[in-house]
Amino acid sequence: MTEPSVALATKANMVEALNRGLHEAMAADDRVVVLGEDVAKTGGVFRVTAGLLDRFGEERVVDTPLAEAGIVGTAIGMAVYGLLPVVEIQFDSFVYPGFEQIAVHAARYAWRTKGEVPASIVIRIPYGGGVRMPELHSDSPEALFVHTPGLKVVCPSTPQDARAMIVAAIQDPDPVIFMEPKRIYRAGRQELPDEPALGDGNGTGTKHLSTARRAREGDDLAIFSYGATVPLVLDAAERLSLELGVEALVVDLRTLYPLDVEAITGAAAHCGRALVVHEAPRSAGIGAEVSSLIHERVMLDLEAPVGRVTGYDAPFPQFANEDDYLPSVDRIFAGAKKVLDF
Amino acid sequence: MSEILRIIGNGEDLDDREVPDGLAEKDLVELFRGLVLLRTFDERAVALQRQGRIGTYALYWGEEATQAGALYACEDGDWVFPSYRQNAIGILRGVAPSTVLAWWRGYGGTHGFWNPRDHRVGPICVPIATHLPHAVGVSWAAKIRKDRASALTWFGDGATSEGDFHEAMNFASVFKTSTVFFCVNNQWAISTPISRQMASETIAQKAVAYGMPGVRVDGFDPLACWKVTRDALERGRDGGGPTLIEAYCYRIMPHGTADDPRLYRDESETERWKKLEPVGRMGSFLRRLTILDDTKEEEIRAEAKETIAQAVRDMEAIAHPGQEILFEHVYRSGRPWNFDEALDELGSVERPAEVKPLGPPTSPGAGAEGKTQ
Repeated sequence: MTEPSVALATKANMVEALNRGLHEAMAADDRVVVLGEDVAKTGGVFRVTAGLLDRFGEERVVDTPLAEAGIVGTAIGMAVYGLLPVVEIQFDSFVYPGFEQIAVHAARYAWRTKGEVPASIVIRIPYGGGVRMPELHSDSPEALFVHTPGLKVVCPSTPQDARAMIVAAIQDPDPVIFMEPKRIYRAGRQELPDEPALGDGNGTGTKHLSTARRAREGDDLAIFSYGATVPLVLDAAERLSLELGVEALVVDLRTLYPLDVEAITGAAAHCGRALVVHEAPRSAGIGAEVSSLIHERVMLDLEAPVGRVTGYDAPFPQFANEDDYLPSVDRIFAGAKKVLDF
Repeated sequence: MSEILRIIGNGEDLDDREVPDGLAEKDLVELFRGLVLLRTFDERAVALQRQGRIGTYALYWGEEATQAGALYACEDGDWVFPSYRQNAIGILRGVAPSTVLAWWRGYGGTHGFWNPRDHRVGPICVPIATHLPHAVGVSWAAKIRKDRASALTWFGDGATSEGDFHEAMNFASVFKTSTVFFCVNNQWAISTPISRQMASETIAQKAVAYGMPGVRVDGFDPLACWKVTRDALERGRDGGGPTLIEAYCYRIMPHGTADDPRLYRDESETERWKKLEPVGRMGSFLRRLTILDDTKEEEIRAEAKETIAQAVRDMEAIAHPGQEILFEHVYRSGRPWNFDEALDELGSVERPAEVKPLGPPTSPGAGAEGKTQ
């Protein structure tokens, strides 16, 4: 086995990029602490927190008891005292026991304290299917948090964005739900810049948590997505180009609350046709919100109603059937064709 | 199981015990002043609710010893996290009583909320037991920062059935935080008696499962409440970890102004407990010690009355908050774009009439307060 060259070592997959962002944030500010199940000694079941314990010590990198309400609740107390906790929820569905602390306290602490004491915590949630896991390791619960005023909800789809956004989330005074698409944790590597910065250079600091990114330029159909479905949308866009000569403009939403309304309406108006893709269930999902925004604001620019390709309003299946549930390139292609043929 | 610590007798068959070390005469008077101020607030709040000047109110009449006694044991740097039953505890730490009244009047923002860091008093916690992990987090953070601060949190017997109680106790003992879990066992959670909350003999014994001390104290005895809290805080500060205190008492009053206990309990039992209530008991004790006389007591009561009367005037001087309050302080980092649109929409139609607190029920047992006179 050969040692990686220095140049190769700067390339990172999403796990390594998040890990680098966490190292940077902890080194920059000693108020940052990391809490969660198995985050210290093993570095997290996905290794996102690897190396933090050795570098920053057991007071700042803590393996906690197995209790999500306790983890989120004590993190809120730490934030009230002045620390900046980063919480790892081991898998998407494990957040449900912590939901009350998130919804009734984390989301409301700023509001309840005249804006003086926001619950400045980041809750990292590896989410989503496609990794052949047992029941309740594959949910996409982001809409629950979008529907909870007081939270910011973000979801990167590239290593470079992941690193910039985790650093920005930790710096942001408001509580941030940080959705991590575990299916593409190790999907590809990207060169990381010296400093945390978004892939499109769009904004700095907290702007990292409010802007969408154009992942592909096009004039015929705007496709909106985020997280693990962004690479699938890009594949479908290539196929649309090859087979139909249709050029799709792909928007990676990146931030689910607050949505980048100008990027959304701008892209939809530019193309006149739009499609939203996500793997979470359809009803009252992000797609419904994006579709409404477009219809409310630029309906006269549309040639067709906004389409949706999403997960279904059924429990995420046992994994033998998960590929039937998840949006695929074929389903996205078909959904796009429907909007184009309207 | 540990005995119930009691210091103040009843002047009859129960003897007084020695005043604990650490409490001088002036401390006893200060403690009495705190009890009277809390009592005055509570009685005035009930009257305000009956007059339709504040909304539904959760009474704490009779539980002043668990509040003022425990708080008096805290150092200034210690944090306290109240439930709604300790809604006015902040007024003993510098929170304006008018702010607490405004909270019950349905006002938010700068009118009804305070900055917890100003007085190290957490916000009024409405959902049961969910503030316990916050107290653990604060004391844990203080430990990480090598600060001296401890945290104390109050909750009721019903809260011990909640998962957050157990998770908070467990985290505190695992990480040896300086946290005092002060359970006010008033034996009732609205209509549910303690026998329906648990099959354990005591609440204090639950501490055994978490490897921490569990102590029982007379919840109507302010000096005993002070003593167990002071011991717990000293132990915590010395690295001894958390303590669970069970303050055994009785909910003499209804759960709240909309509750009618005659529907579910024998009120002759309540009358028996009422004789032990802490303000009169502390006053009699101080008279036996000749620390208090009629003149001094009248002065303390008059001062409390004026403080709360002024608070009522201040509360009622607050203008009905404007619509922009809906969107204030939701995000520290600034208002999302859709908040401005929402305000525009609100401004495009006539504003609804001012919401007033609802009056009392038309008759005892009428239930919900939706019926006004």
